[in-house]
Amino acid sequence: MIYEVSIWAILIFLIFVALVIGLSFYFGSRTKSAASYYAAGGTIHWGVNGIAFAGDYLSAASFLGICGMIAYAGYDGFLYSIGYLAGWVVALFLVAEPLKRLGKYTFTDALDSKFNSRGIKLTASLSTLIVSIFYLIPQMVGAGDLVVPLLGLPHWAGVVIVGAIVIYIVATAGMTSTTYVQFIKGGLLITFSVILTIYILRNGFTLNPSADYHQFTKIEVQVEDNKVISIESDDYELISQQQDGSQTFVKLSKENYETWFKLEKQIDGSAYLTEVLNITNTASGEKLYNGAPKAERRFYQVGHLKNIVYKGEEVESTGPLGPFEFFSTLEESEVVIFNKSIFDDGDDRVTAFYQQPTKGSDVLKPGLLLKVGKNAKLWDKVNFFSLMLALFLGTSALPHILIRYYTVPSQRAARKSTIVAIIAIGFFYILTLYMGLGAMVSGVNDLESSNMSGPLLAKSFGIGLFSIISAIAFATVLGTVSGLIVASSGAIAHDFVDKYLKVEMTDKQKVRAGKLAAFGVGIFAIILGIIFKGMNVSFLVGLAFAVAASANLPSILAVIFWKKTTAKGIASSIVVGILSAVTIILLSPTMFERYGLPKADAIVPFDNPAIISMPLAVIALVVVSLLTQKKK
Amino acid sequence: MLHEPAVEVGADYASKKKTRLGVILFTVYATIYALFVLFGLFYTDLLGLKAIGNINLAVVYGIGLILLAAIMGFVYNLVCSRMEDQMNGGAKL
Repeated sequence: MIYEVSIWAILIFLIFVALVIGLSFYFGSRTKSAASYYAAGGTIHWGVNGIAFAGDYLSAASFLGICGMIAYAGYDGFLYSIGYLAGWVVALFLVAEPLKRLGKYTFTDALDSKFNSRGIKLTASLSTLIVSIFYLIPQMVGAGDLVVPLLGLPHWAGVVIVGAIVIYIVATAGMTSTTYVQFIKGGLLITFSVILTIYILRNGFTLNPSADYHQFTKIEVQVEDNKVISIESDDYELISQQQDGSQTFVKLSKENYETWFKLEKQIDGSAYLTEVLNITNTASGEKLYNGAPKAERRFYQVGHLKNIVYKGEEVESTGPLGPFEFFSTLEESEVVIFNKSIFDDGDDRVTAFYQQPTKGSDVLKPGLLLKVGKNAKLWDKVNFFSLMLALFLGTSALPHILIRYYTVPSQRAARKSTIVAIIAIGFFYILTLYMGLGAMVSGVNDLESSNMSGPLLAKSFGIGLFSIISAIAFATVLGTVSGLIVASSGAIAHDFVDKYLKVEMTDKQKVRAGKLAAFGVGIFAIILGIIFKGMNVSFLVGLAFAVAASANLPSILAVIFWKKTTAKGIASSIVVGILSAVTIILLSPTMFERYGLPKADAIVPFDNPAIISMPLAVIALVVVSLLTQKKK
Repeated sequence: MLHEPAVEVGADYASKKKTRLGVILFTVYATIYALFVLFGLFYTDLLGLKAIGNINLAVVYGIGLILLAAIMGFVYNLVCSRMEDQMNGGAKL
């Protein structure tokens, strides 16, 4: 998709960046000690910390990923919202206060508080680094995706810009400026999501999303033995036909543009073709969008309703809707979603996005993306269960989230800030349902990248709103990446160099070590963001959650609740958790597809590892702890 | 050298009671969450049934889980703060 670049978008983006850098410069001049660098001196107000939690947590995966997933697959995307939010219950009821009591700057500090073990220092710092890096990659990739329509720059430029700004923020003032960047961004994200939702409800549903929305062509055809023999159109010429499983695709030509249609058969024996969007990778290396190079802009945005039933009557548009009417109207109406099919046409590889009319009642329950229910296979169900488990248990084991408990002055403040976070994040996640479903039927979806549904929906309401939402989305990445780099720098400089290697350093040198580590991790993140361009954001975030839940949570809970826990038990649990989670992921169907191998050949038949790796980590913790008890 | 806390916190005599309350509330929420996952796994059609007005159970349950987390958190904080005030006096926590 080619986007128009807006001067307003650039201006608002520059203002925000200037604000962030100014803030960092101000706090940087006040950051002198390690406590100030890693934990903002433990002086942040619980209200600010709570919104900063939201700013930290609502990453590219939440705003861009979830909105996009709901826009493409309905309720299945909202399952991520539910799981991500439910994870905060674990953080509040089981982890927040004890962790605040035990730790100093990092999550390793909390685990090691009773043991002073080199094994824990090494494994926990490694785990922090691995989880943070898995989390960093999708953020950087998301930043690259955002600058393409926002600033008209190439993907790599976005990655470098984010990397450079974040290195500056973190390396100048550490946790204090990171906290305020996250606070501002969290507040703005929620405020403008409310505004976007008001726009959606005020506009209601309409069959024609915009004046220039593409009108899909439908052509009657004659079919013999599943072969199209003639078409009832003087404009098009029949070229060829291909099969992908049960789907039949037909290539037609009009005015020298070759494009694809899908064959639909009626019960009465008649048949017709419906227009599909298609991307063809030709044997000569050319990429054609609906039969033309990208610059010709023949690949349009989509997403519409097939019919609208409002208060029992079929209508063309509803006018403004209430928040409950929004769901009840969609429930009765029919949505056109776009499914993907990939097939070969001679030496060319064709990706076709075809229309799939779907009942609103099916859009509003699980099953369009994740295979569940009666017809799902056992491994599909295992995968669903494992994903919901990882989302529930992953949040309270993410190191960059845990370090925020050390920025407040007391246990009570830790608890209160978690509640503020739950309210802010929960509210935002409810809004994702409106924003995602709104994008689904507003003709804004870019079928090449689901990540842009939220910002593109804003664009349909005006360039001003788009500019602000895009700048906030970019800031979303900045806020989260800052937190991740602080956590990673703490793992390297504080846990590994200071505590594990026992390098003698003054307080000033510790801060310098942290800044150097932040610089190193930042550069590494830029490289990864460029290398992993095009990789699925949600997949990588899910991976980070699963690794965090497996490697960290059993140890955290054991330190808090189980008196027989030993240092070796914790170290073993972390190692088993990381190794088993990462191994299962590397052998999963999705990774096999990335290796260019058939999914069916995957050694592990499901993608999400938590259902196996987490119990393994718990077993390792219990067995090793029992075997290494000190004799009384 | 042990990893000492970032800021000094006083003795918390309410800690045991707060932990017990946290575990109870966690168990309640985890059970409701697990039921939702089970519905999603085995009874997807049930989630499609109308629950409130014309809105289906999936939407009501999903939004309900989010709201419940906030309500339980609010109650937890209220009870914990009262416990701390009663058992710790004015000590800094």
